[in-house]
Amino acid sequence: MAKHKTPLLDQLESGPWPSFVSDIKQECDSRAKNEKGIEFQIPADCPDDLLGVLELSYKDGETHWKHGGIVGVFGYGGGVIGRYCDQPEMFPGVAHFHTVRVNQPSGKFYTTEFLRQLCDLWEFRGSGLTNMHGATGDIVFIGTTTPQLEEIFFELTHNLNTDLGGSGSNLRTPATCMGMSRCEFACYDTQALCYDMTNEYQDELHRPAFPYKFKFKFDGCPNGCVASIARSDFSVIGTWRDAIRIDQKAVAGYVGGEIAPNAGAHAGRDWGKFDIQKEVIDLCPSECMSYEGGKLAINDKECVRCMHCINTMPQALRIGNDRGASIFVGAKAPILDGAQMGSLLVPFVKVDADNEYREIKDVVEGIWDLWMEEGKNRERLGETMKRMGFNKIIEAAGVPFDSRQVQEPRTNPYIFWKAEDVEGGWDRDISDYRKRHKL
Amino acid sequence: MAFISSGYNPAKPMENRITDIGPRHFTDFLPPVIKKNFGKWLYHEILEPGVLMHKAESGDEVYTVRCGGARLMTVTHIREICDVADKFADGHLRFTTRNNIEFMLESKDKALELKKYLNAQKFEGGSYKFPVGGTGAGVTNIVHTQGWVHCHTPATDASGTVKATMDVVFEEFQNMRLPAPVRISMACCLNMCGAVHCSDIAILGIHRKPPMIDNKILDNLCEVPLAVAACPTGAIRPTKIEIDGQKYNTVAVKEERCMFCGNCYTMCPAMPLADKEGDGIALMVGGKISNRITKPAFSKVVVPFIPNEPPRWPTMTAVIKKILDAYSADARKYERLGDWATRIGWERFFEKCDLEFSEHLIDDFRDPAYYTWRQTTQFKF
Repeated sequence: MAKHKTPLLDQLESGPWPSFVSDIKQECDSRAKNEKGIEFQIPADCPDDLLGVLELSYKDGETHWKHGGIVGVFGYGGGVIGRYCDQPEMFPGVAHFHTVRVNQPSGKFYTTEFLRQLCDLWEFRGSGLTNMHGATGDIVFIGTTTPQLEEIFFELTHNLNTDLGGSGSNLRTPATCMGMSRCEFACYDTQALCYDMTNEYQDELHRPAFPYKFKFKFDGCPNGCVASIARSDFSVIGTWRDAIRIDQKAVAGYVGGEIAPNAGAHAGRDWGKFDIQKEVIDLCPSECMSYEGGKLAINDKECVRCMHCINTMPQALRIGNDRGASIFVGAKAPILDGAQMGSLLVPFVKVDADNEYREIKDVVEGIWDLWMEEGKNRERLGETMKRMGFNKIIEAAGVPFDSRQVQEPRTNPYIFWKAEDVEGGWDRDISDYRKRHKL
Repeated sequence: MAFISSGYNPAKPMENRITDIGPRHFTDFLPPVIKKNFGKWLYHEILEPGVLMHKAESGDEVYTVRCGGARLMTVTHIREICDVADKFADGHLRFTTRNNIEFMLESKDKALELKKYLNAQKFEGGSYKFPVGGTGAGVTNIVHTQGWVHCHTPATDASGTVKATMDVVFEEFQNMRLPAPVRISMACCLNMCGAVHCSDIAILGIHRKPPMIDNKILDNLCEVPLAVAACPTGAIRPTKIEIDGQKYNTVAVKEERCMFCGNCYTMCPAMPLADKEGDGIALMVGGKISNRITKPAFSKVVVPFIPNEPPRWPTMTAVIKKILDAYSADARKYERLGDWATRIGWERFFEKCDLEFSEHLIDDFRDPAYYTWRQTTQFKF
């Protein structure tokens, strides 16, 4: 028997897409029955009350969650987000309902053993509700009370060998695509780099010292499955510098119709016979390909590695061998100063595990030094860049200026020359000037 | 409900404390075939919607079955997912960046059997538990934020708008008949905890009323300078006010300068702005993240406001369907939604999608606005 009537939410139980309402209801039942005899450490009926408060929001058209509040575990400033309901009398089970962010494993692979351990912990000490996963990538545990926080952290670190993620003005939990684990396009080991950088910067992840949030994201190739170029302050995207590897026999397979183009991604509609000229050659953004006499040729020097030809003929074309990554900085969503895409800072860097990714970390640390010194409160790196100029970031990162960093050179000639750029510097003598030019 | 401790002793917080160990190493969780062929994959094929095959240099093949999930998941549901993984995939699974669940198997027959099994699992309310799909030139799962379920700044719900949308576009989740992938994303306020600003179709919760000021408590609840500095348009200034003979330090808002971002509320809880009539949804289209053929692009606002219509947001889902159908009918193979709009021209986009163009769609926010106005005689009647 449901604790609260939820006529509006009940309408979200129909329709084909998995219903979160049905799912929460089954959690309510499970906790009410409590077949395993668990001594729930927070109110057993909290999922019921969550449905209740959500129904109220559906009626009111407004949220009923209060603003933050400072809660956390000892010594950390991030990883837990305080959350309180503004109708605690009506919904006591969710009066205190904090979020815990748990650092997800790179690529989000799991064993059922580990997932079940997480479930047991969260059933016992939390609401039993999660996000798999939050938008930044963390495992998100939704809803617990303050006395449980240290206990949850103790369990996570002692028994599950894992840690909290980031929240607040600090390094957010780094996220990566699946990389080399199951993708033929990965130009570097995104998971290894993500894991290493996460551990290297634990202090920044757990103890807020930044002007605002800072996100690392790692994409293995320009397809960008983890969206790093759009939503991370520091985005590492795999690329290569040499030639695309061509298997002419497989090219013929595509042309002849034996192999489905685009790995079969268009199989749901009859688009007609595969036309290599129309579908590959003519769509190449740098027009660096040709197909003559049954042979595909690529002028690799002119290739901009957009991935289209490789995506379209994955059995015939493969990424090059001289692999590394490009680094982009400053992407963010609109708050505060409008949306920004990541800007290219380093066209190519080797992703070298042997020297513990020193080249990449040097760039990160140079930028952090500048941003922590100059960044205003709640200013993302992208906004600091806009305010101070990209040149300052390039200098702080200690990387060379490069024509690849711009779409086009500047259209205004208001160049901020420095005194050292000019012969004789800026120190001049007005009386000396007056000797030559009378008033 | 007796309090049971795991071993943490508040009197000695540092005793046996373990900190900063980071996440579990990903290699702890890789299925054997993935571990064995790590970094040695040759190519992949989508065998049918929701079923992928990856071929390794060793000749090994791994078959992946992908199904959608609601993102908001209970432990009961996660345990069911674990049961599936134990039964079919030797206890391994993964989640995708778009909240799909993937099971990896070593034979095609087993994969097709799993697909059938997953598609047969239903919640008591009638919806699928694990619908298989989300691959190739179709609509995959919607990434979204917390909404009214758990967030303090939303202008709309997230889980509900997503459920309503996915129900309407469900056939495109289980098919691959669109010109290119269509990524729909949802954010319940302008803070956008996700990449909504670069999605083919973005559902965005927005406010339309300036903040109310809780003058009597503001100075106790907030740092006035931070509230002032929080405003990107300089609409907030410190002020003093007298109420019932008592003087209060507070702030004043120049309302015509407010663009309803809600940043002040994030900094100062005494400045709430959410409101039933004021809040609703803007739809944005044409963004992308991939570098394929064309550059990554921002989404553009094409519908400035749709009221919140819980529980199913029928106006919003109808507009999304209309845009998707117009794109599907008109775009070329491989052409993303934004590339289609750019090719035919945005004036034609509004016509083909049967959308109204209004003053609210002309950018008037700072420099970026200038770059969106037309400076050519090349336009279409």
